[in-house]
Amino acid sequence: MTGQPEPLKAVPVRHPGRWVAVAVIVVLAAMFAHLLLTNDAFHWSFMFRNMFTPAVLRGVQGTLLMTVLAMFFGIALGIGVAIARLSPNPVLRGVAWVYTWVFRAVPRLVLLALLGNLNILWPQISFGVPFDTYIGKIFGITDLHLRVFEGQTRNLLTGFVAGLIGLALSEAAYMAEIVRAGMQSIDPGQEEAATALGMRRSQTLRRIVLPQAMRVIIPPTGNETIAMLKDTSLLIYVPVTAELFFQLSAVGSRTFLPFPMYVAASLWYLAMVSVLLVGQHFLERYFARGHRTEQARIRLAGIAGEQGGTL
Amino acid sequence: MTVPDAPPPHVMVRADQVHKYFGRLEVLRGIDLTVNAGQVCVLLGPSGSGKSTFLRCINHLEKVTSGRIWVAGDLMGYRQRGDKLYELRDKQIAAQRRDIGMVFQRFNLFPHLTALQNVMEAPLRVKSEPREQVREQAKALLDRVGLADKAASYPAQLSGGQQQRVAIARALAMRPKLMLFDEPTSALDPELVGEVLDVMQGLARDGMTMIVVTHEIGFAREVGHQVVFMDAGVVVESGSPREVIDNPREERTRAFLAKVL
Repeated sequence: MTGQPEPLKAVPVRHPGRWVAVAVIVVLAAMFAHLLLTNDAFHWSFMFRNMFTPAVLRGVQGTLLMTVLAMFFGIALGIGVAIARLSPNPVLRGVAWVYTWVFRAVPRLVLLALLGNLNILWPQISFGVPFDTYIGKIFGITDLHLRVFEGQTRNLLTGFVAGLIGLALSEAAYMAEIVRAGMQSIDPGQEEAATALGMRRSQTLRRIVLPQAMRVIIPPTGNETIAMLKDTSLLIYVPVTAELFFQLSAVGSRTFLPFPMYVAASLWYLAMVSVLLVGQHFLERYFARGHRTEQARIRLAGIAGEQGGTL
Repeated sequence: MTVPDAPPPHVMVRADQVHKYFGRLEVLRGIDLTVNAGQVCVLLGPSGSGKSTFLRCINHLEKVTSGRIWVAGDLMGYRQRGDKLYELRDKQIAAQRRDIGMVFQRFNLFPHLTALQNVMEAPLRVKSEPREQVREQAKALLDRVGLADKAASYPAQLSGGQQQRVAIARALAMRPKLMLFDEPTSALDPELVGEVLDVMQGLARDGMTMIVVTHEIGFAREVGHQVVFMDAGVVVESGSPREVIDNPREERTRAFLAKVL
């Protein structure tokens, strides 16, 4: 390339504050490391011996499975609730509003405790014609039972199932708000264009609005997934045994050394969340396709390529 | 009250006493209009005169408050039995809209799809036509608007004029009987207006029935068969371009043209 002007030579702005900050951080980090290594109460070797036992690893498995399932059902139900919330049908709108109101108001911990103890309220669960015994009375039949299916609550609603239902129901309420915000962020012109082409509302939502809303929905959903992974530790109140925090706490209380096991839990969650963060990064990049900033990047790369350089 | 009958087959669009309120604001105050098949009708008028609203009533994007609109013999949005009207279901209205293409001022291309996918979307999803056939048709349409080489580009990679031409191809992909243009060049840089008008002129030459809301007086004069001047929700005057643009009868029309010419 000929005739390219020489870049400006100038003394860059100095940032002495940054060097001071680095010094302070180094000292603080050294103090923290010193604290970790010198305090015997950490029981490091005990912790490492006990944080990879088969029971704990099964707990990790259970935590991951629960996170995936709870998010899957939470997102699916949440999209449904969001669509209902924006529906022209006033009945659907009302039901969706009540749903998000209730499940955002009840704390997850309380909801899980409630679901874990439903067998106190109803020892049996059955499906069939509602109010069958009352209807029987009207026609003079005592004890009319029109049931398709009956079972013990304890067997149907195991800890895992109760925990999954609780987390998924609660998550759906938050996801509904996220999805709704995402859908409302899309230019109304998009829906109009799709409508003018003869697409129906369901097609417009599925093909035009939701795919674009994804760009807005994905980042908070990543945060929700991370929060969900951590909230599985609340399952100890259902209780669910096939879960990481339950297993580590069990070791802690059995050995009267709870603190090292809490540190172990922190390290496990830290590791798992780190993996999720990487996944979130790639998801966000995928759903940004066709969007302005991403396009600008592609275009710049193209221009750079034409001129024989790289970006 | 007499019930107006469906118009004869050579009439593509008939509007009969169309009124539209937004709340208590009356935006359209009794619009009558007839556009014959193969004709280009240009709606002129100052902003706020109700041109765009009227256009959106034609494909039922807006519900009229009173009056009727027929497109290709179909009463838009309703079914008439005796002298009683029944509202159509969402699905039936969608079916009516398939015959009416629309081009918007701000293009409204689907940004997450490439130009080719934009053009393919409706025939694929709405008409469930075979993918290969739809792809060939979409390529031919992009070629027709001069964008064969941009098939793989996303809307954000195209200029405004190119985006609008893709939008026209997208509307044509449904093989509409009628095309509605809502200020198709108003959001474009002046140097890009020509390429879009050229495509529209080509369409008119091929016999497409078109209703065009625009401020391009030159286009109206050259391409329009019928020019309608609207102001404050009424049709002030209509006729051939020679009558309305070159020899306007109404003072209001003259004042408007004096400003835009």
